[in-house]
Amino acid sequence: MPTFNLKINNENHTVEADMDTSLLWVLRDTLGLVGTKYGCGIGQCGACTVHVDGNAMRSCLLQVSQASGMEITTIEGLSKEGDHPVQQAWLEHDVPQCGYCQAGQIMTAAALLKNNPNPSDKDIEGAMNGNICRCGTYVRIKEAIKTASKL
Amino acid sequence: MTKIRTQYDRRSFLKISAAAGGGMLIGFSWLTGCVSSSEPEGLAIPNEWFEINGYIKIGDTGMVTIYSPNPEIGQNVRTSMPMIVAEELDVDWKNVVVEQAPLNTGFYQNQFAGGSLSIRLSWNALRMAGATARRMLLDAAAKEWNIPVSDLTVAQGVIKEKNGERSIGYGEIASKAVGMEVPEEVELKEVKDFKLISTSVKNVDGKKIVTGKPLFGLDFQREGMHLAMIQHPPAFGMTVKDFNQDEIKSMPGIKDAFIIDTSLEKPGRFDEIGFKQLIAIVGDSTWQLMKAKKALKANWEVVGELEDTQMHQDRMETMLASGKFQQGRKDGDTEAAFKKAAKVIERTYSAPFIAHNTMEPMNFFANVTDDSAELIGPTQQPKALEDSAAQLLNLPVENITVNMTRIGGGFGRRLYQHFGIEAAAISKKFGGPIKLIYTREDDMTQGTYRPTYISKYKAGLDENNNLIAFSVQGTGMPESAVFPNRFPAGAVENYTAESVAENTNITTGAWRAPRSNFTAGAEQAFIDEVAELAGKDPIDFRLELFDRAINNPVGGRHEYEAERYAGVLKLVKEKSNWGETKPGVHRGVAAYFCHSTYVAEVIDLVMEDGEPKIKNVWCAVDCGIVVNPDAAINIIQGGVVDGVGHAMYSQLTFNNGAPNEMNFDRYQLIRHSQAPEKIEVFFVQNEIEPTGLGEPGLPPAIGALANALYGATGKRYYKQPFVSYQPVTG
Repeated sequence: MPTFNLKINNENHTVEADMDTSLLWVLRDTLGLVGTKYGCGIGQCGACTVHVDGNAMRSCLLQVSQASGMEITTIEGLSKEGDHPVQQAWLEHDVPQCGYCQAGQIMTAAALLKNNPNPSDKDIEGAMNGNICRCGTYVRIKEAIKTASKL
Repeated sequence: MTKIRTQYDRRSFLKISAAAGGGMLIGFSWLTGCVSSSEPEGLAIPNEWFEINGYIKIGDTGMVTIYSPNPEIGQNVRTSMPMIVAEELDVDWKNVVVEQAPLNTGFYQNQFAGGSLSIRLSWNALRMAGATARRMLLDAAAKEWNIPVSDLTVAQGVIKEKNGERSIGYGEIASKAVGMEVPEEVELKEVKDFKLISTSVKNVDGKKIVTGKPLFGLDFQREGMHLAMIQHPPAFGMTVKDFNQDEIKSMPGIKDAFIIDTSLEKPGRFDEIGFKQLIAIVGDSTWQLMKAKKALKANWEVVGELEDTQMHQDRMETMLASGKFQQGRKDGDTEAAFKKAAKVIERTYSAPFIAHNTMEPMNFFANVTDDSAELIGPTQQPKALEDSAAQLLNLPVENITVNMTRIGGGFGRRLYQHFGIEAAAISKKFGGPIKLIYTREDDMTQGTYRPTYISKYKAGLDENNNLIAFSVQGTGMPESAVFPNRFPAGAVENYTAESVAENTNITTGAWRAPRSNFTAGAEQAFIDEVAELAGKDPIDFRLELFDRAINNPVGGRHEYEAERYAGVLKLVKEKSNWGETKPGVHRGVAAYFCHSTYVAEVIDLVMEDGEPKIKNVWCAVDCGIVVNPDAAINIIQGGVVDGVGHAMYSQLTFNNGAPNEMNFDRYQLIRHSQAPEKIEVFFVQNEIEPTGLGEPGLPPAIGALANALYGATGKRYYKQPFVSYQPVTG
């Protein structure tokens, strides 16, 4: 099996995996970074969202070979103390119900705010539409993003 | 204070104490994930823990562990159940950590998540656990100081002498409380004295969720564990004959491949009836297993009918026309009343099969040996899993342990046991610990779907526009959704409710608010149309009917309390400023009672670029005492989004026995831009014992949506989903 050098959460990792393995399963199975979730495997639900060079991407669609040399951030590396403004706002609004999709929601929201510090409702909807929350916490997510934009 | 008999004897307390402090929990501390919330600030980690009873463990530093007995599926019981214990224990919530209790039928009752019952069924047991422990701690302090208990007070985990200077913390006295006699009777607090209950407490797992800690079944790891996947037949009505076993086994990272049989001699209500023989593949990594699944070449055998959606609709319509109904309720003479009615209206409503689609796909860990089985994962009903596993493995139940992880969505799906049973069958055959993982496609196409339904409603008005006759006839696959004794039963002089069921081999089951999730939408849309025909305001029309049910109820017992039903309608009327009109804003109202809770909702909707957009939703809820208000608001908001989303967009259709929708590219779930902009929730204030909230917020949303849409488009909505397939993604 080929080996790949990955830079994840500012740490270098060398992993062995098939060329076409999706980054999602390298994170979860090989590196034990299980905060990034599997939801659909086809880029439709957003549960597996990570940052690749600062942009929100679906790790289920990214092959490990493509991820080499890029700066990858997962939910575990979004902040050292779990106090990224988006994480703080999520706690303030007590957003989660089951909680499974929330890491993906938070990663998408954090990337949105980095590029657009004061998003309108439409901006938020546009950026977040790829992240499904089956429990229906959408109203709180939107409020939390607005709160985070002020932190 | 209310006195309550403890129902425990000393022996049952000791039994659970031994279990909770001994092997079971030690075996379960597999991850930091099983302990909720971070360490209480300012308190050191205890050197020693003292088991007061099966719910409570107190450390020598005053830190208190409360075990949450029931599965957490997002309904937030991992916070609210321990809150109830902490209230009666009189301990500072800051000093509390929460742990998931293991399955232990010897001590806990009703360890399941279903029917919005967790709080309702455990309210007394949780209060009793807290109050009993509090009393034992007080008894220990009284003995220590050699004074009567009546000379002591307690607040926030500190016991004080009423007429003296002495005080002692729970942490300091806990070791002595362990040996105290369990009181036969304890005093519970008056509702007005609650300090913690009815205050908003944050989710105890919040920090762990937002930082991506391992909490869920899919995150579970065990040294030496392999991964496994299954492949079920592509269609209902098929079974597996054989497959390219040698080729699959020779693939990289694949350890074994075989067919499992999960048939049980005496299957229960929650056991699999569809795909009992499956191909199982065991390997090192998920990716390699997914590739092996793609390389499968299986021979499937047709063993039953291959059904499709058109066939389902035709059969239900035929059944509805057949007149072969079972009477559910009959008051007066509906036929005669329809004949003399000045106006008669008849409408038919339908809804498709839908999948649960929990965001965390089905999965389970199993470690089966010759004489034991350890099962860990997301189950809403651990006891049923234990029983089925005992049957499958031919082991005594005592040799099986089931532990619950946090669950990435339930909605009824995980009341069913097959994925846990499949994991057990795979582990047994493979001969080692495995974690079974479903792909999204496996999950969506081997469901226990919400049944498909059709109901026909008919109403008759007299010349003064009074409702004098009402009938409902329902069918569905494999059940009708008619509730004979719910509204408007009891409010109409002439009333009939009838049902007939049609068979299907599509596997179905409980889906959030079973039957109510269809009936509320149908009935409340119909009532709206009847009110319009009567020329009456939709809320006033309903209130008139409730007046009848309050003052002069018709026929035998009906399920609801009309005063409380009317109460939520009046509250939502006030909060939504009903009657106010705004240009371009269309309103719909609905009220529904299910799972012992009353909810009325008003939806304001506008058309934006030809698409309906919900601007505001007002919800009025009567669930008795609200344990954790902000979390209660959250679950009601979620219910509204869920109801709106599924009624608008979701359906599972079949062709030759196979689901056409297999993943979220074809199966549409509501997304951010389609969600209501604002959802406000108001609770009726009373001191009635709490009832559940997981389900009741959903059903009325469908009726309110249908009625608001009518205002916006001038069309009535009879068939779910209300809009056709239109994928929206980011």
